[in-house]
Amino acid sequence: MLELAAGKSSSSGDLTVHDSPLVIRGMTVSYGQKPAIFSVDMTVQPGAMTAIIGPNGAGKSTLLKAALGIVKPLSGQVLVFGKALDRQRARIAYVPQRASVDWDFPTRVIDVVLMGLSRELGLLGRVRMRHMAHAMECLHRVGMHEFADRQIGQLSGGQQQRVFLARALAQDADLYLLDEPFAGVDAATEKAIISVLKSLKEAGKTVVVVHHDLATVTDYFDHVFLINTRKVAEGPVEQAFTAETLQAAYGGRLATAQIDQISGTAG
Amino acid sequence: MLWDALTLQLGYNATLVAIGATLLGFSAGVTGTFLFLRKRALVSDAISHATLPGVCIAFMVLVALGGTGRNLIGLLSGSAISAAVGLLCMNWLIRRTRLAEDAAIGAVLSVFFGFGIVLLTIIQTMGVGRQAGLEGFLLGSTAGMLWSDALIIAIGGAATLLLVMIIRRPMMMVAFDSEYAAALGLPVHRIDLAMMGLVMAVTVVGLKIVGLILIVALLIIPAVTARFWSDRSDHVVLLSGVIGGLSGYLGAAVSASAPNLPTGPIIVLFSFGFFVLSLFLAPVRGVLAAIVRHLRFQRRVHIRQGLLALAQGQNIYEPYTLRLLRQAGLARPDGVATDAGRAQAAKALRDEKRWEIVRADNAHEAAAALYDGLRDIETVLTRDQIDDIDRRIGGPREVRP
Repeated sequence: MLELAAGKSSSSGDLTVHDSPLVIRGMTVSYGQKPAIFSVDMTVQPGAMTAIIGPNGAGKSTLLKAALGIVKPLSGQVLVFGKALDRQRARIAYVPQRASVDWDFPTRVIDVVLMGLSRELGLLGRVRMRHMAHAMECLHRVGMHEFADRQIGQLSGGQQQRVFLARALAQDADLYLLDEPFAGVDAATEKAIISVLKSLKEAGKTVVVVHHDLATVTDYFDHVFLINTRKVAEGPVEQAFTAETLQAAYGGRLATAQIDQISGTAG
Repeated sequence: MLWDALTLQLGYNATLVAIGATLLGFSAGVTGTFLFLRKRALVSDAISHATLPGVCIAFMVLVALGGTGRNLIGLLSGSAISAAVGLLCMNWLIRRTRLAEDAAIGAVLSVFFGFGIVLLTIIQTMGVGRQAGLEGFLLGSTAGMLWSDALIIAIGGAATLLLVMIIRRPMMMVAFDSEYAAALGLPVHRIDLAMMGLVMAVTVVGLKIVGLILIVALLIIPAVTARFWSDRSDHVVLLSGVIGGLSGYLGAAVSASAPNLPTGPIIVLFSFGFFVLSLFLAPVRGVLAAIVRHLRFQRRVHIRQGLLALAQGQNIYEPYTLRLLRQAGLARPDGVATDAGRAQAAKALRDEKRWEIVRADNAHEAAAALYDGLRDIETVLTRDQIDDIDRRIGGPREVRP
């Protein structure tokens, strides 16, 4: 992964707003009186895989939801490919946390994937053969095509996560935002997801992932964004994912030995 | 008499009521499904109770304007306005205060209903109030239903259905995954309001037949009932409509077949009947199916355990296991395997090994997902795949003719 990142520009400052798939400026979101994220700036590198990292409750998911307009910020601005979010909805795909829905809901795997096409289908458009074929192809990419007719509750956690990914793939977006896609999934799923994400990157798409497993950061990602309510660090993995930045983001919550080990593999 | 009622030969009024109730049941069933799947079922209870002050105020206004106060359109408009106010109050409480949804529902429901009852009492002391029959709106009253009343119900129900059809997709998306819907740019809050507005429309339309206290049953019970029969949301919606319509029709017909039977409560009882039938008899989610499934599963576990014990030369202590094996001709009463038992036991042991390979191999993931420790491997893999696995296991091969 390192050689992939090496050629990229080294600091986000080189990018103009129009080059970046996602620019967040001065974003503050608060549930009640305590800000979940405070005055956060972020500039996502195009065609890269970026991990958003930070301790529990650091505002990682909130940052993602604010970028998508799911939560209403107190202040802040979001630009997607240089334009206002609402004009660029079709270019963003979102993979929410698996726990955010009721898996006993009466719907089949294929129906969930077809939701990714709802923009194309509109209010009353019929689901045609080409829509079905596209949805099946997306299921194929995550290795779930044999499950198309199952009710979603019959799947394992990892399989559910892959169905969510297939739904995002169906959107044919340019920017993919994923919230903890590797949380509580089996090894087969983790492999399947990461290979799909890498293929997206190879196709020139931009991928941003809220990630919790520090051990895999250097293997999977080329950029990191460290957050703990405020932005801690941002940049290519080898520059921004260091003992100092981790210490700053996690404070006393990571043992020094752990930090040395992780940043050792990074450096 | 009942037959006459069911075939709509019991006179003009009974026929009107039956047709109206069928339409109402269908639209309530369809609309209620979205509310149920959005997990907002009880919101409908608050909405319906909030109609009462509106009905009373509308009546007072109509009387003050010099009428008899019996204009159904006027009364229903009043009920719609106060239900909308109740809905907005509840929405505000949930979004802007720390009150949880159930508390907000309780507050709106009781306050609006209490206020309505006060107004109702005042109206009954008015000269014209006694004959107004406003209590009929509590539990429905179909005795004096007019052609125009039935027409209002039919048009209202049909319009509601049409709107539901148009926004069914966004409503279902929001019900399943509101965050994803928001990320797609759908106006989640407005879709929720539209959904509750449609529920309000059904409630208002249904006031005359079912009444405000029981309309919640017609919105929720058919949806819950339909859920027993299908895992597909579009099927659940349609089925819920059919169950609601059928309940409306049967309830109206039966209540017309004897004097002094209340229509609304009987409709609700019919839908409850469908619910109970489904609860017990539905093929996958029903109670009986679950019991049968459990007993079958237990049987398979015992037989499998018994076979594996036979294969490994262990004693079988469980009496139930031994009885099952004996009944299947796999073991003698003293627990020693018969020839058939020995053959099947060897096969069971071999399957265990094959499953081990299947589960360790990503290429077989779909098959591995079906692993339950009991299944014969032939039920998930082809002969060629099994041969391939056997080659990987090595050792003695199964001899086949």
